[in-house]
Amino acid sequence: MNTHLDLFLTFCKIGGLTFGGGYSMLPMLQREVVESREWTTEAEIMDYYAISQCLPGLIAVNVAVFAGSKVKGPAGGICAALGVVFPSMVVITAIAAFLTNFAELPAVQSAFAGIRVCVLVLICQAINKLRKSSVVDWKTAALCAAVFLLSILTGVSPIVYVVAAALAGVLIQWRAARGRLDS
Amino acid sequence: MILLRLFYEFFLTGLFAIGGGLATVPFIERISERTGWFTRQTLVDMIAVSEATPGPIGINMATYVGYVTAGIPGAVVASIAEVLPSVIIVLIMARFLKAFAAHPTVQAVFYGIRPASVGMIAAAGFGVLKIALLNLPGYDASRAVADLFQWKSLILAGALFVVLNMKKLRIHPALAIAGSALIGIVFRF
Repeated sequence: MNTHLDLFLTFCKIGGLTFGGGYSMLPMLQREVVESREWTTEAEIMDYYAISQCLPGLIAVNVAVFAGSKVKGPAGGICAALGVVFPSMVVITAIAAFLTNFAELPAVQSAFAGIRVCVLVLICQAINKLRKSSVVDWKTAALCAAVFLLSILTGVSPIVYVVAAALAGVLIQWRAARGRLDS
Repeated sequence: MILLRLFYEFFLTGLFAIGGGLATVPFIERISERTGWFTRQTLVDMIAVSEATPGPIGINMATYVGYVTAGIPGAVVASIAEVLPSVIIVLIMARFLKAFAAHPTVQAVFYGIRPASVGMIAAAGFGVLKIALLNLPGYDASRAVADLFQWKSLILAGALFVVLNMKKLRIHPALAIAGSALIGIVFRF
């Protein structure tokens, strides 16, 4: 199949099965983009998420554009972006037109209570996989734990964490390099 | 003309809302105040529907506002306009990344931000955990530990955890989501 079309369809599937914010797209990305198609690695997905947190726009779209452009350049990025957006357009337009009380329907609320549990378990699994490629020593483990705790306890913008973590990364590696030169 | 205005408003939202879908809410409130296209109550409904439908929340809201304002053309224009700034910015960033990915400083930056990214995703997961498994209003009312958990959800979480970790089954996330929705309806979660 044409790769551009494959990108569009794959990200359609991912967008149509994302419930919630951009983070809930992660399990689908791992299955479709990393494992089945081998378009990117786990570590690259992590980088895309981190950078996307700091850029304007929606995290889901930003990650899709990063992944798409890695596969097929700018055109690939645009195909992936259109793919993520397409299911929302169709579903929301249909609901806005016919089912204005959609969110209040008891069956919908029950279904979503079930879906939330599933999203939670899927995210836990996704994090466990990503941990292996990102938490590689005690310093990265400490960074990860600090960001997790600060995120749930304070309302500081994610940009602050990403910038601070980037500086910490440079500092740690710089000290390590200097240590190697000294000895 | 309403389509042009819609494009302009959502382009600005896409350009300045940093941090994902819910970060666009204040911008959409501003659109409501300045244009009177929809009321605050409609906005509350839009957020509820956007969270309860497939697709990233931010796109869902843009499509909804666009549709309410100007029908299907409005839905298309609003979503495309919201996505356009980040597509341009990310494509530039991606080119930069490709050129400098092997540079030691860039590598050092990634060494630091990868674990931070995992920490932030874990925090988002913790937010889902509170809504999905706990019943904080019920616990506040009765102070009984038995009321702290949503027991049906807890059982489903345990079952999913076991089934999804069976390597041989390799269950697709989509199948797990569909199954959970069905279980939610049948057992009246």
